[in-house]
Amino acid sequence: MSRLAFFELIVAFRFMREGLTQTFLIILGVGLGGGVIIFMSAALAGLEGNVVRRTLNFMAPIVILPPEQVARPLRAGAQEEFAAQVQPRSQQLRSIDQWQKIRDQVERTPGVVALAAVVSGPGFALRGDASRAVTVTGIEPEAYFRVIALDEKIVDGRTDLGPTDIIIGIELAKDLGASVGDKVRLTTATGAATTLTVSGTFDFGNKGVNAGTVYIALRSAQSLLDLVGGVSAMQVRVSDPFAAERIAETLRAAAPVKVDSWIRTNAEFFTAMAAQIMTNTLIRVFVGLTIALGIASVLVVSVIQKSREIGILRAMGTSREQILRVFLIQGGFMGLAGSVLGSALAWGFLMLWRTVARNADGTPMFIIEAEPWLFVAAAVGSMGVGLLAAVVPARRAARLDPVVAIRS
Amino acid sequence: METLRLEGVHKSYAVGTPVETEVLHGVDLVLARGEFAALIGPSGSGKSTLLNVIGLLDQPTGGRVFIEGSETGTLGDADLTRLRGRAIGFVFQHHYLLPEFSALENVMMPVLAARGRPDDEMRQTAAALLDRVGLTPWRDKKATHISGGQQQRVAIARSLAMKPALVLADEPTGNLDTRSADGVFDVLRDINEASGTTFLIVTHDARLAQRCDRIIELVDGRIVSDRPNAHVVRHS
Repeated sequence: MSRLAFFELIVAFRFMREGLTQTFLIILGVGLGGGVIIFMSAALAGLEGNVVRRTLNFMAPIVILPPEQVARPLRAGAQEEFAAQVQPRSQQLRSIDQWQKIRDQVERTPGVVALAAVVSGPGFALRGDASRAVTVTGIEPEAYFRVIALDEKIVDGRTDLGPTDIIIGIELAKDLGASVGDKVRLTTATGAATTLTVSGTFDFGNKGVNAGTVYIALRSAQSLLDLVGGVSAMQVRVSDPFAAERIAETLRAAAPVKVDSWIRTNAEFFTAMAAQIMTNTLIRVFVGLTIALGIASVLVVSVIQKSREIGILRAMGTSREQILRVFLIQGGFMGLAGSVLGSALAWGFLMLWRTVARNADGTPMFIIEAEPWLFVAAAVGSMGVGLLAAVVPARRAARLDPVVAIRS
Repeated sequence: METLRLEGVHKSYAVGTPVETEVLHGVDLVLARGEFAALIGPSGSGKSTLLNVIGLLDQPTGGRVFIEGSETGTLGDADLTRLRGRAIGFVFQHHYLLPEFSALENVMMPVLAARGRPDDEMRQTAAALLDRVGLTPWRDKKATHISGGQQQRVAIARSLAMKPALVLADEPTGNLDTRSADGVFDVLRDINEASGTTFLIVTHDARLAQRCDRIIELVDGRIVSDRPNAHVVRHS
């Protein structure tokens, strides 16, 4: 700290101490506003985090599929339509053409972290009298776990998959009355059937997935679904889930495949989310503006109240810059002190939220993390807002003519 | 040695407008080091304006002002502020002490503004000044918690904090009763005699003017009389 700023600090803090009620009220106001901003920011970050956690729990951000099959009607001539009506083609289960080449290409794409080739198709899981329609997914465990953390969701049994192993969801296990070590028969539409041993059960926290998905070894699935040597999809993990659609567009342009991103798959949800972010941002901006105006108005009044003192300080040899800094320090301090109070209030709100916002079963509705960077950003931001708000009153104080100020 | 020299100082207000008014009409004045002079004159004669010009709080519209031999007309705002802080002390009719600070801190304030950081020497000098004006027992009291006479004494001590060459006092006893006024005047006189600081005191009070070595009379912005006081009453 420069030698000269010490004088300004002393004067600024004495001015604030003298108008203690005024100072306290504005710090309280800044604190309440700051608390709301921090809480809303944490809630928004929490909401985003929860969406990512819950959705990407069992879903890859990008899925690469074979291109859709389309009907190509024959034409009678250049101008003449051959068919009055063209029915869309039914989609067959088939492999991605030259999938190894495409896999290598995708893995080299910036932003892509991991890729897992899978074979996925419909089937029936049977045990005794019970039968359930399931999606059979053939995976290479090591590669697949890098995309979907299935290994972390195993609640019973092992994570490795042998040629005769099957991993099923806890709901399906309940429906079939099967547990680890039991036999389950799997049939597909092609008529192929195999009997497998339940090596593990998983829980993704999603009833539909837990009831309708089974995992078997890739080679077993390839023969069961009649796709030997092929893969029906490639699941891709990216470093930034919110950049998935941008990366998907790059992939679409690079290869003749269908590329779905989780953002496009959940388009409606993301539109709602964007609206939520915009509303939230607007509220935070206006609260910030209110804080700035509050600090500015208090300092404007203070400059008027202290004009004689400012005049006498100027007559005694205090420079305009020193007077300017006296009021900037006050603005900055009000912002900073307010943000400390706001952080405490936001922490309190967050704790209260964690207690109140719970599902019927007692689990949290969604987790809001109190990230340390948020509090640091709030402190820096509030101080900045305080300094900015103080610029006009401080300049006004610095410009005061000592003769006029003393006579006023 | 000259502390102050004014050469043909003019001061006009609302310059360039139809209501332009000249308040000072070519004032010439020299104050030697250690002088104790009174500036008298009727209300509206331009005494306060002259004091503001001498105190570098206001710029003359014509003429030249020298403080300790340096011409001030060529100086910018920052240099004027520095020179004012270093060479000139002010005592106003109202004390204008900072209510947020104690008597001692108020006296330290000009030095603190110049040096930026309080130190023991600054504190000791301020304490000695307060002792000189007889306020040692009240030095830690807030400026608002002492009497009017005491406040004005603190203001005098503050005006001396930077050891200025010139102290300008604008009706320093105007708000005080006769006894307090005499006491304050005694303090000014003592300091002048002990330190050789030059004083220019604006007063309406003929009795107090008689206690100065020199009486300058300003009427309608012109010095009409400037004479040594042959019958000076040094102490009350």
